[in-house]
Amino acid sequence: MIELKKISKNVYEIPKQGKMLVPSVILASEKLIEKIKQDKTLEQAKNISMLPGIVEKSITMPDAHQGYGFPIGGVAAFDLKKGIISPGGVGYDINCGVRLLKTNLTKKEFLEKREKILDELYKNIPSGVGVGGELKISEKEMNELLEQGVEWTLKKGFATKDDIEKIEDKGCIKNADAKKVSQKAKARGKNQLGTIGSGNHFLEVQYVDEIFDKKTAEVFGLKKDEITILIHTGSRGLGHQTASDYIHKMEKEFGIENLPDRELVYAPLESQLAQDYVQAMNASANFAFANRQIITYNIRKSFEKFFPKSKIKLVYDVTHNIAKFEPFKINGKKIELCVHRKGATRAFGKGRKEIPEEYRKVGQPVLIPGSMGTASYVLKGTKEAEEFSFASTAHGAGRLMSRTRAKEEITESSLKKELEESNVKFRAGSIKGMLEEAPRAYKDIEEVVRIVDELGISKKVARLRPLMVVKG
Amino acid sequence: MKYKFLEHTADMKFVVHGKDLKAIFENSVLALSEYISQGEKVEKGVTKRFKIFGRDYEELLYNFIDEIIYFLDAENFVPSNAKVKLENKNDKVELRAIVFGDHAKNYKNLESAKSATYSEMYIKKKMGKWEAQVVVDI
Repeated sequence: MIELKKISKNVYEIPKQGKMLVPSVILASEKLIEKIKQDKTLEQAKNISMLPGIVEKSITMPDAHQGYGFPIGGVAAFDLKKGIISPGGVGYDINCGVRLLKTNLTKKEFLEKREKILDELYKNIPSGVGVGGELKISEKEMNELLEQGVEWTLKKGFATKDDIEKIEDKGCIKNADAKKVSQKAKARGKNQLGTIGSGNHFLEVQYVDEIFDKKTAEVFGLKKDEITILIHTGSRGLGHQTASDYIHKMEKEFGIENLPDRELVYAPLESQLAQDYVQAMNASANFAFANRQIITYNIRKSFEKFFPKSKIKLVYDVTHNIAKFEPFKINGKKIELCVHRKGATRAFGKGRKEIPEEYRKVGQPVLIPGSMGTASYVLKGTKEAEEFSFASTAHGAGRLMSRTRAKEEITESSLKKELEESNVKFRAGSIKGMLEEAPRAYKDIEEVVRIVDELGISKKVARLRPLMVVKG
Repeated sequence: MKYKFLEHTADMKFVVHGKDLKAIFENSVLALSEYISQGEKVEKGVTKRFKIFGRDYEELLYNFIDEIIYFLDAENFVPSNAKVKLENKNDKVELRAIVFGDHAKNYKNLESAKSATYSEMYIKKKMGKWEAQVVVDI
């Protein structure tokens, strides 16, 4: 049994003990902490606190569940001199993330043509396994894309200047080097540009169902009953291969002795290998930003066919699997740290220069999608998050039930009935894949959002309800 | 039983049994095949041959699974089964494999995998037989 102390409402702690260098803080309600106890999440949270150079505490979000290395929903910041970087703290799907688009269409207008749009989107945006994207790029173009991200898509006509302003890091993380990404990774990614993939990745058309913060919703351009579109995907095979490549390199160079879990293999931040991984990770992140941009381009084309006057703008694009170099105040001193967010969203408050100018007076948009068929939330980042959780918050509903159990317990007909009752239409490559992602296999998004809102590490702005889902 | 899927909140976890180490690798492909094809029988018209190394059996198994995922991603290859040969070479273990399978376009319900992981991985000899456990990020 892992010792767990309740500190205050929604805050638990595994006190520093044994090889732990700092305590491990778990953010959860009484209900969610019981769920979190049921798998290896706490053990993995404890392991993070043993990594060299960790600053202050490791943090586990309310939507957390067991992963590999870090739990999904794990956050940790490392000192640049004494600290490390670990691919197991970023995840295989580098820059897995969420993009939210808003349209000028009302729910009523959209519903009249819903079936047609659903077919069109399913046709134009490849999802599932073995389905490549339309866009074929040369090796030279791939290298440019890896270093320029969405800038490259702007040059090719897939993006607007306004799009770029509304993406974390403007869709291009500097210090990316295509040479640090292996040929094998590039081979896996080259046919996957503009594709969603399978697993928990999806595309959803929604409407703004409720607004909680009128002023901020206005700044984000969200209006009640207007149609929004949410994209959840990442760097596809290119990122997965990059993570694997560097796990092996780090094992070879720094060994696996003294690790609480082999998946937590790391490189000291001051080493050349850490620098190489950072440049490869950033290149993979740029691939993911470009991927979501090309999907956006195809969504615009699909909507224009049936709604010639439709205007689709970006609200924001966030990454929830990444390590970033960001300044934080520690013991009254401002220092740069390497923050790992694995299944966690950045949540900068107002005034930060890293967020789009238009949003600077309210804070960055935080996008937390629910499970398939349930609500998603738009929140805003806060100063509290910067002070308490290394500017991080939750990233989703969080899995509850294993995929095996979901397939055993949930029948195709009961899932279809459930989606119909909530008025959600869907297209999916694999029905079994849909069962794995059924809403019942996830935690309650309402509960996750309530906790982060109560803690103040992000504040509710609007709720979005799905009208249709496209999934691999 | 050659392999069995186990409970894991988010990823795919299986335990595999074999009379020798070679069988551990070959039976892992059967588990991967069942997961990727969602239980549908996979034809064997396409073959992939490759050679990989590992500094220990765990790394070898990680690399082996990753190589198969690579073929799925980069060449739309769905695995069915495999034949492998293992050989100790200096401080490494070499694995030569022929993997049989088919093109992804011939299957409707496919699931993908992102990567092998070291999470909870072990390979051990138990009462004269071999057993291994793997978590695959999906």
